[in-house]
Amino acid sequence: MAGKEKKEKDLRFKKFGTVSFTAVTKVNDFIDKLEAGQVSGTRCKKCGLAFFPPRADCHQCLTSDMEWFPVTGTGKLVTYSQLMYAPVGFNEDLPYAIAVLDYGDYKVFGRIGNVPLEELTIGMAMKTEVNRLPGGQINYVFNRP
Amino acid sequence: MGKVAIIGVGQSAFVRGYEGSIRELAFEAFKDAMSDAKIANSDIGATVICSAPEYDKQRSPAGVIAEYCGLTPQPTFYAETLCSSSSTGLKLAYSLVASGLHDSVMVLGFQKMSEISSAESQERMGRGADIQWESPFGTMMPAYYAMYARAYLNHYGVTEEDLALIRVKAATYGQINEKAVYRKGVELQQCLTADPVASPLKVMDCCANADGSSCVIVASEQKVKDLGVKKPVWIMGVGAASAPVNMAGRDLFTGLRVAQMAGQQAYKMAGIGPKDINVAEVHDCFTIAEMMAYENLGFAEPGQGKELIRAKATYREGHIPVNVDGGLLSKGHPIGATGGSQIRTVVLQLRGEAGAMQVKDPQFGLVHNIGGVGLYGNVTILGR
Repeated sequence: MAGKEKKEKDLRFKKFGTVSFTAVTKVNDFIDKLEAGQVSGTRCKKCGLAFFPPRADCHQCLTSDMEWFPVTGTGKLVTYSQLMYAPVGFNEDLPYAIAVLDYGDYKVFGRIGNVPLEELTIGMAMKTEVNRLPGGQINYVFNRP
Repeated sequence: MGKVAIIGVGQSAFVRGYEGSIRELAFEAFKDAMSDAKIANSDIGATVICSAPEYDKQRSPAGVIAEYCGLTPQPTFYAETLCSSSSTGLKLAYSLVASGLHDSVMVLGFQKMSEISSAESQERMGRGADIQWESPFGTMMPAYYAMYARAYLNHYGVTEEDLALIRVKAATYGQINEKAVYRKGVELQQCLTADPVASPLKVMDCCANADGSSCVIVASEQKVKDLGVKKPVWIMGVGAASAPVNMAGRDLFTGLRVAQMAGQQAYKMAGIGPKDINVAEVHDCFTIAEMMAYENLGFAEPGQGKELIRAKATYREGHIPVNVDGGLLSKGHPIGATGGSQIRTVVLQLRGEAGAMQVKDPQFGLVHNIGGVGLYGNVTILGR
């Protein structure tokens, strides 16, 4: 292929969400893991601190020696809100709800998946699942376990 | 450290679609504060210019504004902490004077939000959150505060009607504040039946974008004496804190940690407590924000903020008047100017010059100004 000689920029993170505002990040592997069906955080190999969203660097021991861990099982719904207005670029998605799940060691911020708003109760168990979006974009959503 | 006083305050009218440039907008508050302080430009040792830069075409607005106000060649600094920029500016000005580096510093906050559409504005506001991990889900400021509202209402059994009471109060005073953008009264039913924005928040739970500027001039005790300032208002406590930007990093959804921490610092520094405060300005960008502020500042126990608003204790005649200038909800919220406008209101109150909004003989006042969704928090305590 013609482009082979030139080193391509790693812009994988452009695929994250309806509109991504970040292209280049050291945690781009997050996207490959999403494509493979797994939502992942990172853990510092030295001190064991778990990060979600994933980070490339541990602020506690100043190392960049991190390992990926999968977000598995269920978290508790901490709070949520359904939007009736959206920022530029998100109108097609309306209405949608954003939410926070508490997994104990870490929390996850994201969108509610296919659960109707009236069925949501704070404290209910939900799981985090990979969700494919139009145009090859990808994110994750919260659904019933 | 030496004592520091506020010797002049000013504010432009908060409006939709200001017909002028940012330097002209900033000049309005500057002129108002200089007339108030009755000092010369050469009395100002340095300026701290405050705004959220994503609304401006002008890169590094500090120099342009300092020049337009005739404040060159004095040094000028630029302060930005989103919606709390100008109370951050005040803390910096306090530090510059208390350290003895300058004997007088001006804090000039401004924002001209009308250059861009409301949707663009919301998108930029939303980018005050975590752009890598949150914004791709389509977030906006109302939705973040709505998540706090949902958790708060659920946890404490507070109702949407309790939140609406806060909007009704704001509108009561917005009507008598000539500088407010929203001058109309609001009925309870009107709040409850308003269009939803981000559940459980509705249109009337949200403040209005506005264009505006504010100005606060601080001076050392010696400068106050030299100038013969008749009614100095002393800065007694300045508290500030920050929190994780991503909601996933937060440990509390029924209040703002930054407000609790900044409040505790300010009370400790001032040597007084919540019961000593006679008038307060809190950051009511949304009704839920004022409700949480009552509790985070110690005016009410957690979950009991509703009792304050139900009993009208935060009205002008109540025991802790809050936002009796209309607050952000009615006065409007020009990001970089908001903190300075809150400080101005409390200064006028302490001097007994607040006109129709005046509360009875206040001795101590408090300003609570929040940047982002509890990302930054500043609490300032002022006294006569």
